[in-house]
Formats: sequence, C-alpha cells, structure tokens
Amino acid sequence: MNSLIHARGLVKRFDGFTAVDGIDVDVRPGEAFGFLGPNGAGKSSTMRMIGCVSPPSDGVLRILGMDPRRDGPAIRARLGVCPQLDNLDPELTVRENLTTYARFFGIPRKVARARATELLDFVQLGERAGSRVDPLSGGMKRRLTIARALINEPDLVLLDEPTTGLDPQARHLVWERLFRLKQQGVTLVLTTHYMDEAEQLCDRLVVMDGGRIVAEGSPRELIAAHSTREVVELRFPTEDQGAYADELKGIGERIEVLPDRILLYVADGDDALAEVHRRSLTPVGSLARRSSLEDVFLRLTGRTLVD
Amino acid sequence: MTAATYVFEYHLVNYRRTWRATVLSSVVLPLLTMLGFGLGVGAFVTGDVQGFSYLEWMVPGLIATTAVQTAVGEATWPVMSGFAWVKSYFAQAAAPLRAGDILGGHLAFMLFRVLLSVASFLLVALLFGAIRSPGAVAVLPIAALLGFATAAPAAAYTASVTSDMFLAVLFRFVVLPMSLFSGVFFPIESLPGALRWIAHVLPLWHGVDLCRTAVLGLDPGPGAVWHVLYLLLWGVAGWFLAVWRYRRRLVF
Repeated sequence: MNSLIHARGLVKRFDGFTAVDGIDVDVRPGEAFGFLGPNGAGKSSTMRMIGCVSPPSDGVLRILGMDPRRDGPAIRARLGVCPQLDNLDPELTVRENLTTYARFFGIPRKVARARATELLDFVQLGERAGSRVDPLSGGMKRRLTIARALINEPDLVLLDEPTTGLDPQARHLVWERLFRLKQQGVTLVLTTHYMDEAEQLCDRLVVMDGGRIVAEGSPRELIAAHSTREVVELRFPTEDQGAYADELKGIGERIEVLPDRILLYVADGDDALAEVHRRSLTPVGSLARRSSLEDVFLRLTGRTLVD
Repeated sequence: MTAATYVFEYHLVNYRRTWRATVLSSVVLPLLTMLGFGLGVGAFVTGDVQGFSYLEWMVPGLIATTAVQTAVGEATWPVMSGFAWVKSYFAQAAAPLRAGDILGGHLAFMLFRVLLSVASFLLVALLFGAIRSPGAVAVLPIAALLGFATAAPAAAYTASVTSDMFLAVLFRFVVLPMSLFSGVFFPIESLPGALRWIAHVLPLWHGVDLCRTAVLGLDPGPGAVWHVLYLLLWGVAGWFLAVWRYRRRLVF
C-alpha cells in the first residue's frame, strides 16, 4: 500500500451525533493534503482519528500501513502533531519545550539538544532558545509548536488549523515555513477554514461539510469544476440585496445573493461590470476578481466558509 | 515502563523551574505546625499521651498528614492543568505514550514530592528533638505508600471533574475532615463510636498508625501488615480508576 493515510467509509460517532460520516481519503508520500471546511464539518475529528487519539467508530483506517486501533503508539512515534490550541509548557524555556518532548519519543538527550538547535533556527526562534514560553507572541508559539511536531523527524505532519487566530504577518511567516517543509518533501496534512491557506499550501484537498466529503481535487481543479473563471461582487445601498437579483438576470452563469452583497459568476469580470452599468444599475461597491475556493464552497454547500 | 520514566523526567525538568514555590510549604509550614500544635497546644496537655509527650506523640501524625496533603495537592490542580489549562497531557498523548504511561510518570513525580516534603519534615522534627528512634526513617517508605493510596484516587477524581471548584470541595469535605478524625491530633479512641469508622475506612489513619509505630519505636505487631495491605488496596484501586478516567479524557 503506497498511501500514508488510507481511509474507506471512515465514521466517527459521538453519543447521538455523527461527526464524520463515511469518508474515503488517500494521502500519498510527499503530498500536502488539506481538509477544508467550516467549523463543525468534522475536520478535527478526522485529524484526531489520523493522530491515533480517537478510535474510529466504523470503516477502514490505515496510517503508514498500520492499524490505529492496534498500533497507536507505533504510529504516533512517526507522526508530528501540531494541535489547534497550543499546549506548550509555559514554565519551560523554548529549548526545553523541544528537548523534553523529544524524550517522549525515546530520543537520546544529546540528539534532542542538537535537533532542538536546528529546529529553532528553522522556525526562526534561535535567539529565543533560552527565554520562557509565556511572553512569546501567538505566532512565535505556533512556530514553536510546529518545531516540536518535527522533533522526531516524522513521516507525516498533522496540522490542525495551523494559522487560526494569528495576525496576517504571523500567518505568512507560518505559511512560508510550511512551504519550506513541503519543498523538503515532508508530507503535510492540514485542516483549515481559510481558503487562501488551502490555496497556498495544498496540492490536493477535500472539501468537507456536515461530516462528508463534498468535493476533492487540487485547488485549480476544484475551481474549474465548480466555479466560473471570474466573479463580480456588487453591493447595493439597500437592506435587501435580493431586490436587485431580477435586474441582474442573464449576466453570467449564476447569481448568488448574500446578506451583504451579490456575486455574479462570469467568464469575464470587466465585460460583466460593463453590462451592469449598461442596465443603469449603480452599486455602491463593485469588484471583479478570480474565482477562489470560497466560491467553490459556496457553490457546494450554499454557505460561506467563515461566518 | 520506560515511557513512564520519560514522563517522570519531564515533571522533574518542570520542577527545576518551580521548586522555589514549594519550599515554603515543605519547610516553613512544618515549622509553624510544630510550634503551634506541639509547643502551644502541647503546653495545655498535661501528662502524656500513651506514654509519650504530646509533641513526640503528634509528630508522626503530622508527617502522615503532610504526606497526604502533598499527595492530594499534587494530584488535583496540576492534574486539572494537564487536562484543562496547559493541556500538557494532550501533548503527551499525541506522542507514543499511553494513558498508563502519562499517569504513571506523573504519579511517580507526586510520590517524589511526597518524599521531599516528608524528609524535610523529618529534619525539622529532628532539630526540635521530637524524634529519637532511628526507626523513624521507615516513615519514608510509609509516606510513599500513603501517598500512593491517596494520590491515585485523587488523580482519578480530578480526571473526572470539569471545574477546579470540585477540587476545593475534595479538600474541604474529604481531606480536612480526614485530617481531623484520623488520630493525628488525638487518639481515635476518643472519637464517638459513630465517627470512628471514618478513621478506619479512609486511608490516613492507617498511615498515621504506621508512622507512629515507626517514629516512637513501638512493636509493629500483625496490625501493621493489615495497614499496609489496606493502603495498597486504596492505591491499586485508585490506579485502575485513574487509568480508566485518563483514557476517557485523552482518547475519545
């Protein structure tokens, strides 16, 4: 079996509700694979099953060719996990956070110290090695958590919403580091509800909604399959954007009315805008842009990703 | 087993950063207790208790309560933190450790803390001349056993509650009454019969009696064996409960 992660009909049930409802996934070596979806889509439950800290309720799951139900510790020895909420040790120094964690994998102290130095340089925290974790910024803590996830030189790195809660500058720094990892051939699996994150990092992704996979492919394939090339966003000076929907009929392939704006799915944004003005409609704001995964998600689920 | 020693090692590294805060409770508190109860209250106790001065009689009881206070203290807030605040248990569960390793390593550290507190208490008592029998060193293994008998069930309890309010409840309604009714400050024979069963059922009195036998150099007799077995029962039962609760919290 060539897949690092192989799932068929994977299900996770908690009393009374089904968080993951029969998904099929294959992740190949060297790939950056994403689970994209809104909160509650079942992404984190899936990640916990892959991380072998949550037994599947049903279906087949193989991680690195092994069975998580039986080989949990052996699998976890070869995974790197960056959880959604940082669980670093605030009392310890930046370096000690890495060296103590290394010991859980049975890594000798000397090797652990050498790897810690190397990884702190990699996440650009070398100068903070001796300082405590508490005063670090959110972005630094996240980078340290990523470094900690790499301490055992994992075959597979799991990142649960790696940049949620970070400011834009900190996010870009994290993305850049993850991109470097990807270039080094490290297999990354991440969840996100940011489409730009998925577009930046993922070779392939699945869109999840309500515990199911609703689409699968590369970001480009998904956009090509489920959206038009361009999108025009219009805002009208009214409480009810829908009132203008009729007058826009026929422009482009599809129209989507949101509470605060109208989206026109079109082949050419400038042509479409010209047509809007020719019909003497005067939106207070207008924007022509490329289609994104956000549009794919809206198309597939009828909802926006981040609410 | 090896995996649990890694966890123990982790707690020791952490303790290297935080030990200063525990010196107060390990040295200053025994000193104050000794002064307050041994000398202060002791001055009102005319005559002896079971043939010993009140201070001499009471010190082994205080050693046993110290062991329990330390054990339960370490098995409550720090355990809550592992699950809810720092979430260090979840970080450990993501590594190749199992619930039993995570608990075992932490429990080893709790007993290490118990031994430190009891050893420093022993030193303070020695300076006060409240200890004469060399058999007193036996309180170290006794304290470890008593620590196991109380820390394991306390960790199981902490792993089962969702708010630290319940930890204060444990101290107020279990640990405090247990300290009062377990023969630490007065012989349990002075308790009304209806309350004496509390002493017999809860672990502390068994530890107090063992400590007293060791420190005062009394003949242990067959009762000591029962005390040891009963404390082991508390510890082992607590261990299995705690592993079960830890697994429920970490793997779901």
